[in-house]
Amino acid sequence: MDVNAVPQEGNATLGGHRKAMYAKDANGRMVLAPSAGWEAEEIVTSHAVETIHAQAEQARERVKAGVSSPLEFWMYERRMDVPLLSQTSGFWQWRVKRHLQPEHFAKLSLKQLERYSDALGVPPADLQKLP
Amino acid sequence: MTFQHQHAAHCESGVISNLLRHHGVPMSESLAFGLSAGLAFAYLPFVKINGLPIIAYRSLPRSIIKGLMAPLAARFRFETFRTPLAGQQRLDALLAEGQIVGMQTSVYWLPYFPPDMRFHFNAHNLLVYGKEGDDYLISDPVFEEPVRCASADLSRARFAKGALAPKGLLYYPKSIARKSVSSEAVRAAIRKNCRAMLAPVPIAGVRGIRLLANKVQKLPAADPHSADFIGHIVRMQEEIGTGGAGFRFIYAAFLQEAAQLAQLPALAEFSERLTTIGDGWRALALKAARMVKGREPVDPPAIAAKLREQAAQEEAFFRDLKIAAR
Repeated sequence: MDVNAVPQEGNATLGGHRKAMYAKDANGRMVLAPSAGWEAEEIVTSHAVETIHAQAEQARERVKAGVSSPLEFWMYERRMDVPLLSQTSGFWQWRVKRHLQPEHFAKLSLKQLERYSDALGVPPADLQKLP
Repeated sequence: MTFQHQHAAHCESGVISNLLRHHGVPMSESLAFGLSAGLAFAYLPFVKINGLPIIAYRSLPRSIIKGLMAPLAARFRFETFRTPLAGQQRLDALLAEGQIVGMQTSVYWLPYFPPDMRFHFNAHNLLVYGKEGDDYLISDPVFEEPVRCASADLSRARFAKGALAPKGLLYYPKSIARKSVSSEAVRAAIRKNCRAMLAPVPIAGVRGIRLLANKVQKLPAADPHSADFIGHIVRMQEEIGTGGAGFRFIYAAFLQEAAQLAQLPALAEFSERLTTIGDGWRALALKAARMVKGREPVDPPAIAAKLREQAAQEEAFFRDLKIAAR
């Protein structure tokens, strides 16, 4: 890639930051050139963000309908899934899955809630409701 | 000596080159990357983040730092901690001694990252060069300027759990015996990288690319999950750490430096060739992004074919390079 081909079309997911890329200058030397962003990167990043955002919104509806606990919403809101929440909270996956059900979630002790609270970075009181 | 932050294409090579320069070793990011044989390809179908497998275009986390120990006859200390409190106390003590400290963190819990970039990826690297009040002064090489981070946030990022959990890992040099790079070290590093890319292991190097191609080949075009997977290949390629094309360009920059350091003018041509291969990865990324966006029909066999083409080119490239670096 030549220096003048380093993409500068902008990438909203970079939030105004530029990233460094190596490219060939006029003398054929590889040099560092800041890039304002490339559309291809923007597409795939926003696709991934949107996918997980949609999961959170679906979970929000399920919580409102009373079929899921707020934990499911917060899990996706924090860009996690059941395996990752299991690793970060220390609960086995089958327990995490149970806690996504409102009736089991309601029975959690404060100590157990705190484990989720630590893993997700959400205060225990907020964990029990939707934002 | 005040610390000089330098923008870099990749976090680990950026961190280690900034750290080594601070200690008086003339080390560019690309030289650090090449000298540690950092270029790689690995497809790890069994390690998943958010349900998608890891696809790495560079060597394992920490291997760039470790790969530089022998050529520089350097000794580094690596420390991990049981508790965030112990980790923070040790960091503060090292800063008080005047050390500049490298560390591994999660990306997700660093508030200075743009929100869309914050995913649960635990093998990010950064340098802490000071503390003001409750804020750590951070040189994050993928950012143009130094940044700041509150102590509670940094602690959370250092002790994030999950795949590749950093466990508070921090590192700093104990001694660096050699401050220049020998011709033999450069040649050895190139040969090592060629071996890694041509390794007889199904998930690594050129064979890893082919394995991924076979997996992509089998994706059903109609399933929305296929677009997720295709987008994920590119995201691993371009986003997490700068990606396949980005890494090929870093290595191409290294080959130019190596041509001089190892007195092997032929390497300059290899640099050109690898740049062209990098452009191929970018073309692949663009095609995949168009499919994700719906501008082109999702066509997994087309992506698989392009992956195989990249594999064939890289295989020929590394076979030739291995002979040239003898």
